Amino acid sequence: MRPRTLFEKIWDDHIVHTGDDGTCLIYIDRHLVHEVTSPQAFEGLRMTGRTVRRTENTLAVMDHNVPTTSRAETKERGIMQEDSRVQISALEKNCSEFGVQLFDLFDKRQGIVHIIGPEQGFTLPGMTIVCGDSHTSTHGAFGALAFGIGTSEVEHVLATQTLIQSPAKSMRITVNGALSTSVTAKDMALHIIGEIGTAGGTGYVIEYAGEAVRNLSMEGRMTICNMSIEAGARAGMVAPDETTFAYIKGRPMAPQEGNWDKAVAYWKTLPSDDGSTYDKEVAIEASNIVPTVTWGTTPEDVAPITAQVPAPTDFDDPNKRQSVERMLDYMGLTPGTKLTDIPIDKVFIGSCTNGRIEDLRAVAKIVEGKKIADNILEALIVPGSGLVKAQAEEEGIAEVLINAGFDWREPGCSMCLGMNPDQLEPGERCASTSNRNFEGRQGRGGRTHLMSPAMAAAAAITGRLTDVRNMA
Amino acid sequence: MKPFTKLTAIAAPLPMVNIDTDIIIPKQFLKTIKRTGLGVSAFYNLRYSDDGTPNPDFVLNKPEYKDAEILITGENFGCGSSREHAPWAILDMGFRCVIAPSFANIFYNNSFKNGILPITLPQEQIDELMKEAQNNPDALTEIDLEKQTITRGNKFSFDFDIDHFRKSCLLGGLDDIDLTLEKDAHIKTYEDKLKDDKPWL
Ligand code: SF4
Repeated sequence: MRPRTLFEKIWDDHIVHTGDDGTCLIYIDRHLVHEVTSPQAFEGLRMTGRTVRRTENTLAVMDHNVPTTSRAETKERGIMQEDSRVQISALEKNCSEFGVQLFDLFDKRQGIVHIIGPEQGFTLPGMTIVCGDSHTSTHGAFGALAFGIGTSEVEHVLATQTLIQSPAKSMRITVNGALSTSVTAKDMALHIIGEIGTAGGTGYVIEYAGEAVRNLSMEGRMTICNMSIEAGARAGMVAPDETTFAYIKGRPMAPQEGNWDKAVAYWKTLPSDDGSTYDKEVAIEASNIVPTVTWGTTPEDVAPITAQVPAPTDFDDPNKRQSVERMLDYMGLTPGTKLTDIPIDKVFIGSCTNGRIEDLRAVAKIVEGKKIADNILEALIVPGSGLVKAQAEEEGIAEVLINAGFDWREPGCSMCLGMNPDQLEPGERCASTSNRNFEGRQGRGGRTHLMSPAMAAAAAITGRLTDVRNMA
Repeated sequence: MKPFTKLTAIAAPLPMVNIDTDIIIPKQFLKTIKRTGLGVSAFYNLRYSDDGTPNPDFVLNKPEYKDAEILITGENFGCGSSREHAPWAILDMGFRCVIAPSFANIFYNNSFKNGILPITLPQEQIDELMKEAQNNPDALTEIDLEKQTITRGNKFSFDFDIDHFRKSCLLGGLDDIDLTLEKDAHIKTYEDKLKDDKPWL
C-alpha cells in the first residue's frame, strides 16, 4: 500500500460514501455541542421531525455565555442577562428533549467545550470530531481529525452522524530541535502564525511534527492545535504516541479494560508512514522561538518580546501597510516603542488555548510570593473546567494566585470573547492567554495582546508587557 | 433554502482584508436563538458610531449601496469564529453573493447552506470589480451560476470556478440533510462495521 499520512488514514477510515464528483460523506465519531451555535440546529430538527441519530456520541455543555461569578442555585443561576438566560435554557430544553447528555452549570465537569472533551476521554485518537466552534482543532492534539462547523452542519451531524466534505490539502510543520527555557507551546503557536500568516493554512490540514512538538505535553499540543485555525487551517493534528496514551488512560469515557489494548493497537497504526508526502512542508527551528506577543489585531502580527512596535513602512505590501496603520491606531501604539514599555490594564488567563492545569501551574510559578502591579485594574483567572478548578485548589495553586491578587473565577469562555459580563472597556489594554486579538473581540474598543500564561503572569506582576525570562 | 440561479444587482465595495466574523457580527448578537433578524446588526462596529447612530462614512451606509445584493471584498473574508450568524447576518442585510480573492473555510461552507454564493476570483479581477463598483455604483452586475460568469454590462465578463456538488445544491435549493438521508443504507452499513472494528467507540 502507498504510504499515507495521519490525515489520510483517518479520512479513508471514515468515508461512508463517495459521490461521482468526488464529494465524500464522512462519518463523525464525536460531536460536541454548546449553547451559542446549537439552538437553530435543534430548532431545525424539530421543524422537520428529525431526531438525534447517535445521542451517545454527542456531548453538550454551556460555556460561551455563562457567568464566571458565583452561580447561586436560584432561578437566575447568577445569569444576569435575560438573553443569555434564554439561550442557556434553550440548551437545557433541547438536550432533555433530544436525549443528549449535558454538563450543566452545576455539574463539576462543566467547562469550555474543548477542555472537557479531552478531560473526559471523549476525545480519542483516530476519531473524526466536530463542534460548532472553530477551535475544535484543539482535539487534533490526540491524532484526531477535528474541525469546526457551522450551525447548519451541526444540524446535519445531529440528524445523520455524517458530514459532506471534500478532501483537504495537507501541510506538515516540523519544529526541529528543542525549545529554550521559558519558551512554551503558545510561543510556538504565535511564532508559526507569524511565519505562515493568518491565511497561510487556508484549505490545509496541518500536521505538527518534529522534536519540539514530540516533547510537548498533551496540554502543549492542544495549545498549538487550538491555534491552527488562526493560521487559517481546517484542522491541526499531532500523531498519537505514548504521551497521548498515558494522558487518556483511566479517563471516564476512555476505552475500558477489555477494549484498551485493542484501541491502543489501532492508535499505533495512525502515525504518518515513512515516505508519505504533503502538499506543503514548513520547517521551523525551535531555537529561533522566543517569548512572543502580538502587537496588532490579527494573530499574525506578532513580535518577540525583545522587539519594538513596527512601523507601517516596515512592510512591503501596500495592503498590509494600510492595515498596519489602522491596527496601530486601534491599538494606540507608536512605532518604535519597546514592547516591554507598554503598560497594561487587565490580565486574562484562561480560554481553550490556555485554561488547563499546566497553564495555571505556570502562572503560579511566576507569581508565587508576589503581588500584581498597582496599575492592573483586573486580573482574571478563569479555569477551563470545573475539574481544572478543583485540581488547582487541591494543589494549592488557587491560593497562590488569590494571594497574588488574582480574581479566581468559575469556568467558562469568559473574556476570551466577552459574551458574558467579563469584557474590556474601550481603550483598555489586556495581556491575554486567549487566541484572538481581533478588534472588539474582548469588548468594544478593547486592546488585546496575546501571549503565554507565563508571560501574562509576568505582565500582571510588573504592570507592563514583560520578558518572562527576566523574572527572578 | 432559496435556490440561486441568476442574480442581477448592485455591487457594494468593501475593500478590507481579513474581515473576520467578529466584524461581520459581533458577539453581543450571538445570543439569539433564531436565524433571522441579524441584518440590522451586521458590521455593527463599522456601521454605527458609539452613540448608535449610523456612521455616514461607512460604505455600506451610503445611499447608493442601500439595495446592494453583491459584496466585493478583500482576501481571507470570514476568518475567525465559526459562527453561522455571519452568513445569516449578511443574508438578512440583503446580500446573496460575496466576491473575494479568498475565503476562510467555515464561512465558505456556511454560505452555501444559506443560499449565499461565495465567488473566489484572482486579485486583479477583484481590483477591477472593486473599482467599477466604486466609480459606477448604479451599474448592475449580473451573476449567472449555471454559466459560471460575472458580467457587468458589456464592460467585462469573468468566469468563476465552483465545486460541482455545491453548484447543483444551490441551483436546486436542495437540503443537504435530505440528500444525505438518501444514503441511509450506507450509513447503517458503516455503523455495523464500526461495532466490530472499533468496539471502544
Ligand atoms: S475559550 Fe474562546 S476560543 Fe475557546 S471556545 Fe470559548 S470563546 Fe471560543
